[in-house]
Amino acid sequence: MRRCLHAYAGRVGYAEAADLQERCARLLKDGGRVERLLLLEHPPVITLGRNARSADVLHDEATLESLGVAVHETNRGGQVTYHGPGQLVGYPILDLSPDRRDVARYLRDLEEVLIRTLSQFGVTAGRAPGLTGVWVGAEKIASLGVHLSRWVTTHGFALNVNTDLSRFGLIVPCGLRGAAVTSMQRLLGRALPLEEVAAAIVPVFGEVFGREMAPASPPVAPVAAPALTEVA
Amino acid sequence: MRVDVIMPQMGESIAEGTLTRWLKKPGDKVARDEPIFEISTDKVDAEIPSPAAGTLVDIKVQEGQTVPINVVVAQIETEAGAAAGAGKAAAQPEAAKTAPAAPASAAKQPPSAAAKPAAPAGGGSDGRDRAPQAAAPAAPPAPSAWTAGASTGGEIPKASSLAGSGATVDDLRRVRSSPVVRKIAQEHQVDISRLAGTGVSGRVTKKDILAAIEGGAATAARASGAPDRPASPIPAAAAAPRSAAPAPVYAPGQRSSVVPMTAMRRKIAEHMVASRRTSAHVTTVFEVDMSRVMRLREEHKQAFQERHGVKLTPTPFMVRAAVEALKAFPEINASIEGDNVVYKKDMNIGIAVALDWGLIVPVLKHADDLSLSGIAKAVTDLAERARTKKLSPDDVQGGTFTITNPGIYGSLFGTPIISQPQVAILGVGVIEKRVVVVQDAIGIRPMVFLALSFDHRLIDGAVADQFMAHIKATLEQGKFAEIV
Repeated sequence: MRRCLHAYAGRVGYAEAADLQERCARLLKDGGRVERLLLLEHPPVITLGRNARSADVLHDEATLESLGVAVHETNRGGQVTYHGPGQLVGYPILDLSPDRRDVARYLRDLEEVLIRTLSQFGVTAGRAPGLTGVWVGAEKIASLGVHLSRWVTTHGFALNVNTDLSRFGLIVPCGLRGAAVTSMQRLLGRALPLEEVAAAIVPVFGEVFGREMAPASPPVAPVAAPALTEVA
Repeated sequence: MRVDVIMPQMGESIAEGTLTRWLKKPGDKVARDEPIFEISTDKVDAEIPSPAAGTLVDIKVQEGQTVPINVVVAQIETEAGAAAGAGKAAAQPEAAKTAPAAPASAAKQPPSAAAKPAAPAGGGSDGRDRAPQAAAPAAPPAPSAWTAGASTGGEIPKASSLAGSGATVDDLRRVRSSPVVRKIAQEHQVDISRLAGTGVSGRVTKKDILAAIEGGAATAARASGAPDRPASPIPAAAAAPRSAAPAPVYAPGQRSSVVPMTAMRRKIAEHMVASRRTSAHVTTVFEVDMSRVMRLREEHKQAFQERHGVKLTPTPFMVRAAVEALKAFPEINASIEGDNVVYKKDMNIGIAVALDWGLIVPVLKHADDLSLSGIAKAVTDLAERARTKKLSPDDVQGGTFTITNPGIYGSLFGTPIISQPQVAILGVGVIEKRVVVVQDAIGIRPMVFLALSFDHRLIDGAVADQFMAHIKATLEQGKFAEIV
C-alpha cells in the first residue's frame, strides 16, 4: 500500500502553502514515492480559481485589505472562494497514476472523505448532483478545487469547521449566487478544535484512497515545511 | 514530422474539456512532457504535457473553447535532433521519418506512439502499417521499443482531419466513438456513421455497436475472435484458447500464402532474436506446492472481491513472492551496461499479457510499495487497459523483472526469453493437482513449476537457485498477512 504522510500544520499563509505544495508535488513528479496530506488553516484570503469571474469578488482590493483579507490568483480549478481562520483546508499531494486517473472519481473520493468524517461528528452531509462540494441540505459546508499536473494533485478541499461565515458575503462563492454556506459550528452549536477534525479526516482519507497514513516526522511542526518536505 | 496534441480524456465519464490557457505560443520550442496548455473540467484544472519535443505550430483550439476529448488542439513539429532524444533512442532508427506520408496509415498512428521518440513508429495492429524499417540497431532494443507497437491504437486516436471547422456530424460521431468501438467497427466492417448512438452527444457506444452487429448490420462475416474477449493476465487458468491469426487465403494453384508481418509481430521478432544474441540464457525449474496460496485465496476471495472490487487470483501472490526474493537478491533486479552492473532500486514488474493480436508486457511500477490488494488492482487495471488498448507508452516502460505465464494454456513450464535489458524472467506453469510425496506418504497437492530464465553473464546458478528457493519458501510458508 502506498504511504501517505500527513501533518496538521496550523495557520499557514496562502503563498507559503502554495509553495510548499509545489515542492511536494515536484518530489512526486521527479520520481519520489511519498505522497502527502497537508492539513492547515489560512489567514483570511480570497482566492480566484481558473474559472473565476472578477464580478464574483464583491469589493475592491482596498476594501478587502482594510478588512485584513488578501486576494490571490491560483491555478486550482473552480471559481472564487474564501479561506480563513476556523476553516480546515486539506491539500492532498497524490499521484493518481496508475489506477486512479479520473478527475471525476478524484472529486467524488474527496467528497466521500468529508462526508464520512462529518458523519463521525454527527453531521449528515451529502452531494448535490452537478455541484461539486459537500452539502448539508441546501447549504454548502465544504468546497473543492484541484490542480493536476501529470496526474499529481495539488490544492484540495476546504471544510468549514468554525469559519466566520459572514466573510463569504465578500464574494459569490463558487459563482453560485444565493448559495448559502454553513459550518460544523453552526450545525452542532459548538466550536471544534481544527486539530480534532484533522485527526478524524486522516484515517478516513487512508481508507478511501487506499493509502497507509503515517505522521510526518517531527509529528506536528508549527510550520509544516520542514516536516513535509523531508523525504521519507 | 508533425505530432498531434489532443484534448485528453481526464476520466471515464468526461466527454469534453475546456481549454483555459495556452502556456506556449505558436513558434515556441517545447520539451516532451513540458506543460503546454491547461484545461479545466468541473473543479479541476490540469496542465497538459506535450506529447513530443519540437516546436508548437498551428493552434487549432483557442482559450475558452470547449471541445470533445480526442479532438486535436494543436500540432508539434518535431525535429530530427529533438526526436532522437536521449539514451537508447539514439540507437533506434526512427521509422516515422522515413514512413511515406500516407494519410490512411498516419491516421492510425496515435500521438501516444508518436510521443515516444525512442520507438520506431508503431503501426496499427491491423497490420496495414508498413513503414519501412531501417536495419536492426547494433544494440538490442529496449523493451519499450518492441512493446511500443502494441500501444498503438491506444487511448488517443488521431483526429487531425476532423478537427477543422469543416468536420461533419458523421465525422464528429466517429471522433467521439472510442477506440474499442472503432476497432470493432473495423473488424466487422460496420459504418459507425450509420448507427444511432445512445452515448454522450450521440456517441456510438460499445453496446450500440454490438447490438448493431447482433442485429445483422454487419456486412461481412464475423472476424475470428469475439470482439471483446478479455486478455488474460497471468494465472487466469480458465482462459479460452486464443484464436489463431485469420486463416490464410490461398490463391488458386498456390501452395503458400505470403502475408507481411504486422508491426507488432515484427517488433516481437526483432526483440526475441536480439535478446537471445545478448544474454547467456540458462533456465532453472522449481516445483512449488501452492496449497497454502490456494487455501488463502479460497478463504478470502469473497471478502477480497467485496472489499477491493477485483478477483483474488494467484497472480498477486506470485508478484509478492518475486518482489520479496528480488529484495534479497538485488543482482536479479539489475541490468548490464557495458562493463558495469546497474542495480535498480525500483522493482517494476513486467506482467506478460496475451492478447488476441499478440503479446504485451505492461509494467507494474513500484511493486515493492504495493500491498497484495494493491498488486491485484494494478494488475487488473493493466490487463484491462492492455485489452482495450488504453496503455500509455509509460505503462510498458521501465520494467526491471518480468513474470510470464505459459501455464495459461496448460504448459507445465516454459523457458522464457529475457526481456532486455533485464537479466531474468520468471515463467509460471499451470497450477494443477498432482500426486506428491508428503512426509513419506502419498498426497494430492496443487503444484506448479516455476521456471527462471536468467542471464548467466551476471547471475551464477547458485544465486538463481537461491532466488527461486526464496520464492518457493514465500509461496509455501509466507504469511501474506495483509490479505484481510
